[in-house]
Amino acid sequence: MGLLSNLINGISLGSIYAVIALGYTMVYGIAKMLNFAHGDVIMIGAYVVYLTSVRAGLHPLIAVVVSMLACTILGITIEKIAYKPLRQSTSLAVLITAIGVSYFLQNMALAIFGANPINFTSVVSVPAIKLFDGQIVISGEASTAIVVSLIIVIALSIFIKKTKSGKAMLAVSEDKGAAQLMGINVNQTISLTFAIGSALAAVAGALYCSAYPILSNTTGAMPGIKAFTAAVFGGIGSIPGAMIGGILIGVIEILGKAYISTQLADAIVFGVLIVILMVKPTGILGKKTSEKV
Amino acid sequence: MNKSLKTVKPYTKQSLITYVMLIAVFVVTLILRGSGNMSYMMQDLLVPLCVYAILAVSLNLTVGILGELSLGQAGFMCIGAYSGALFSNLMEEAIPEAAIRYPIALVFGGVLAAIFGILIGIPVLRLKGDYLAIVTLAFGEIIKNICASVYLGRDAEGFHVSIKSVSDMNMASDGEMLINGALGINGTPKDSSYEIAFIILLLTVVIAYNFVNSRTGRAVMSIRDNRIAAESIGINITKYKLITFGLTAFLAGVAGVIYSHNFSTLQAVKFDYNMSILVLVFVVLGGIGSIRGSVIAAVVLTLIPELLRETIGNYRMLFYAIILIGMMLITSNKNIKDKLSGIFKKNKKGEVQ
Repeated sequence: MGLLSNLINGISLGSIYAVIALGYTMVYGIAKMLNFAHGDVIMIGAYVVYLTSVRAGLHPLIAVVVSMLACTILGITIEKIAYKPLRQSTSLAVLITAIGVSYFLQNMALAIFGANPINFTSVVSVPAIKLFDGQIVISGEASTAIVVSLIIVIALSIFIKKTKSGKAMLAVSEDKGAAQLMGINVNQTISLTFAIGSALAAVAGALYCSAYPILSNTTGAMPGIKAFTAAVFGGIGSIPGAMIGGILIGVIEILGKAYISTQLADAIVFGVLIVILMVKPTGILGKKTSEKV
Repeated sequence: MNKSLKTVKPYTKQSLITYVMLIAVFVVTLILRGSGNMSYMMQDLLVPLCVYAILAVSLNLTVGILGELSLGQAGFMCIGAYSGALFSNLMEEAIPEAAIRYPIALVFGGVLAAIFGILIGIPVLRLKGDYLAIVTLAFGEIIKNICASVYLGRDAEGFHVSIKSVSDMNMASDGEMLINGALGINGTPKDSSYEIAFIILLLTVVIAYNFVNSRTGRAVMSIRDNRIAAESIGINITKYKLITFGLTAFLAGVAGVIYSHNFSTLQAVKFDYNMSILVLVFVVLGGIGSIRGSVIAAVVLTLIPELLRETIGNYRMLFYAIILIGMMLITSNKNIKDKLSGIFKKNKKGEVQ
């Protein structure tokens, strides 16, 4: 029973990682860049939820929507100011800029909200589910995280396959130049990707801080790195890959914490990542590309 | 004089300029410190500045010369710091003379880091680009986490190790704690001084210049420029990649030993991925492949936040972030760069500085 409840906790944590990983994977697929600042967008999103729901007293659902809007605007702004001017330069230059944006967001939050962590109030009001006469309790936060992330993954897959803008995103990720020749507005498509990724980060921020209710300016960093690991794990650029990678990372982390060592849980997660990449260098669902001379 | 300068190879000239610059800065800082014109904060920064400069130069060998992105620098530094501090603590009685013990600790920490670098490099260097970055970052985090969870003690019966807790070690109550889990290592002798740190920095720069200008260095650069072409003329890719990666790890390990002997307490938390990122920022802003640039960037970018501390206090890191983004936009965007190229003189292409 202990194992089962740990598994459920792992899947729920993994679902949150998956939602974050989607943002990483989409941006990487289309802009070919590691958006190191993605984790910090999560943190900003969580702060916005906190401000609107606790300070302004709005309904949590409205707070999440407000936070999604705020993060969307933030994401598009970051892309326009920091990443767009560097689209022709080396990936290393973009990476350093993303690190700069990450520092900026963290320290802006530090300047506004101070160094003391805030106790986050859960935005989830779903009752806990009791199974096997109360031997296993699934908290409302856990079940919500799983359901929400499933909905997001399915909706996103449909959006990319069925809508015009979704197909444009696929085309841009395949070949930017050719997509432009076909009349696709590449800049707009990249902006849209950042918008979706950032809105998802806001959802992830609300879910993550509901489950782990301590919010400070560095809250987003570690889940960000783990989610990126998840994206690589599942094969970067692939949406189902992000889901699988996220859940695997979450389960490994929780099981590692429960059965091996709390200190070493992160080391185990990263260790498994390395093993996977050694065996399958492009991740579980990643596409293999061959190098031409 | 003029004639003899002309016969000097441009490459040697570049390295000589760097040596002269370094020694000049060293003499000036010594005079400032000796005459009491340096604040205590600056005096405390001298050794860390050398450490960061060594880290930046060593990472530049992997990022700039080999052309592979590594985010594991903090991990190698961590190995060097832990093994060096442990060595000094164990040998404090056997070798009381710091002048003998410290160099051995430096080499020991460096060699251990290099061994780890090569062991990690064998599987990892098959990966490329962002995948290599994430795997090296993962290795760095693993090393940090393991170092932070090890308990090591010594009593009359010998050594006791545990990864769980102090009580799990079964050590006698009079035993001595060597590594205390997340609390790290305490009581390391403070052997590092600015003079020693500077000499090692100078040695690092000499090693780096000579490495780049050697047969090995040219082979490594040919791999960076075109891997397939390099392979087709018979260059053993794996071998040269491992040599570079090992050298980077060795120098990072040495930097770690200096770092650990500068403070009496050492905690693994210090060596998280932010440290690796910080060093990467030095390398990129200093100019990829430019050894002099790495040293300058490491010094300037460490000093900026510290100097801003006095004027704008809490907002200093915010300011730092804006500088970082601004610098990248200016140096990497073609339009902005062209506008500014009239103001700043451009470097000649292909010259290693």
